[in-house]
Amino acid sequence: MSEQSGGTPPITAHSTEMTLNMGPSHPTTHGIVRLKVRTQGEEITDCDIEIGYLHRGFEKMCENHPWNQCVVYVDRLNYVSPIINDVGYHMAVEKLLGLEVPVRGQWLRMLTSELMRICDHQTCIAASCMELGAFTAFLYLIKGRDLIWEVLEKICGARVTTSYTRIGGLAYEPYPGMKEEILELFTDLRDINREIDLLMSDNRIFIDRTRGVGALDRATCLSYGFTGPVARAAGIEFDVRVQHPYLLYNQVDFDIPVCSSGDCYDRYLVRLHEMEQSLRIVEQSLAKLPTDGPVSAPDARYTAPPKEQVYTRIEGLMNHFKHHMWDHMLAPPPGAVYHAVEGGNGELGFYLVSTGGEQPWKVRCRPPCFGITQALKEMIIGRSIADVVPIFGSINMIGGELDR
Amino acid sequence: MSGTRTERTFQATGSWAGPELVERICERFESAVLGQSEAFGEREVTVRREIWPTLARWLKEDEGFEYLLDLTAVDYLGLRPVRFEVVAHFYSLSGNRRLRVCVPLQEERAELPTLTGLWKAADWYEREIWDLYGIRFAGHPDLRRLLLYDEFKGHPLRKDYKMKARQPLIGPGTMGGAASQSREDEADV
Repeated sequence: MSEQSGGTPPITAHSTEMTLNMGPSHPTTHGIVRLKVRTQGEEITDCDIEIGYLHRGFEKMCENHPWNQCVVYVDRLNYVSPIINDVGYHMAVEKLLGLEVPVRGQWLRMLTSELMRICDHQTCIAASCMELGAFTAFLYLIKGRDLIWEVLEKICGARVTTSYTRIGGLAYEPYPGMKEEILELFTDLRDINREIDLLMSDNRIFIDRTRGVGALDRATCLSYGFTGPVARAAGIEFDVRVQHPYLLYNQVDFDIPVCSSGDCYDRYLVRLHEMEQSLRIVEQSLAKLPTDGPVSAPDARYTAPPKEQVYTRIEGLMNHFKHHMWDHMLAPPPGAVYHAVEGGNGELGFYLVSTGGEQPWKVRCRPPCFGITQALKEMIIGRSIADVVPIFGSINMIGGELDR
Repeated sequence: MSGTRTERTFQATGSWAGPELVERICERFESAVLGQSEAFGEREVTVRREIWPTLARWLKEDEGFEYLLDLTAVDYLGLRPVRFEVVAHFYSLSGNRRLRVCVPLQEERAELPTLTGLWKAADWYEREIWDLYGIRFAGHPDLRRLLLYDEFKGHPLRKDYKMKARQPLIGPGTMGGAASQSREDEADV
């Protein structure tokens, strides 16, 4: 066809740019998030990510509650691995107080954290596989998560919003037979991991949808502040448990899976392997868990007394009220601390400011998926709409911690 | 399972930056350093606003702090003469050390130069601080609210924003309705 100078180009179906709203509530958006996408045909040319639909004033609420009552808000940050949030917040408060948690409590915090990490990764892999059509993988993994949740329910009475830890330790003693029940899970959990590996890792459809998709180079990842599995998939060797060991992580042996390409497939691989490493940590923690001893610091100034004492002894009753009455409650000394733990998505940091009052002056949570969700824009521009699905699945956006 | 390395090649010696870094900062920026502390084992430096982007660039390019891990603000209303403080947590992966830098800001001049040119992460952090604290970031390419909606009045993490304050939600018939609290002095971007 000869070129016509000055003539209008022929109109095709792909010639006009179109704005497409994905979300706030859309099958590909696990939480509530809105992707305002500009498309040219199938290709995404621009994108605006609108977050905040799950904003519930986390910081404002914490600033207006006693230090000990923030736990219910903290739980709801990353609701897929709530105990890790609890541990992070309470360790930060304990740092302010200079309070040491008994060894038994530390092992329990650690092993429940790792169980939560498994839940977190299971949920992420399950959802992202399901969105790519692998419903079987979803069902297998969610079954595995439920096995953990059943143990969790016995440990702390809740499946999702656990509120398990307290300042100075834990809310409950482990129940009799917990160790055996968790060990029994291992066969099932490892079987599920193997099944997922067999179903997905060499699956042609899965590889075609995820290999080379959503990759960002190392420098960009650092610039966005990526931590956790998404960073490790891009070759960034950073894990808070290793670089800044907290609890008793320096007493257990575990590996950190690291990949190099940083695409959706590597993120999946890193998470899959991390589950096995978490199982190893749980195994060692159970072996090293002392059979007796307190789970909370036996110091009435910091920890509320057990209920048996509240109901039978006057000292226990007084202590109980001292922990729940204004002007008598726990008040950490003035100061500011930052404490980070390795959450399901990466560095979960808490920056607390105390003015010596009974309420925190500030409770800042550094949400690990914040920078990753911000980078979603860069990951999807230039790709097709269908690629949004695996990319969004692989970044594991959690509305609770993103919007706070 | 291919393509995965599962050995641990990095060392567990994580800590906060030592006093020698503070010395270098003091040497380089002299009078702009307002204070330093090491409480709870955490290294903190308080600096004047004027050196904010210069210090950040220096930390990133010369001192190897690749990460801007966190950027937030604190409202010290009624506690300190200077109301706001912007708090940044830097992390050097290669040196495995952390550093906290605080910048006090007067309420009348609650503005800092942006760090978006240095770290992409600064984009959303700064939008969030503007949204919740009303601190502006000069040179930010797109300083809109992040978590709240555009029509929201005020900045809710300021201490003088009451916890129980309610605002009409956006939608037909609610615009311009009686807000239980509104701060007229703040214009939205």
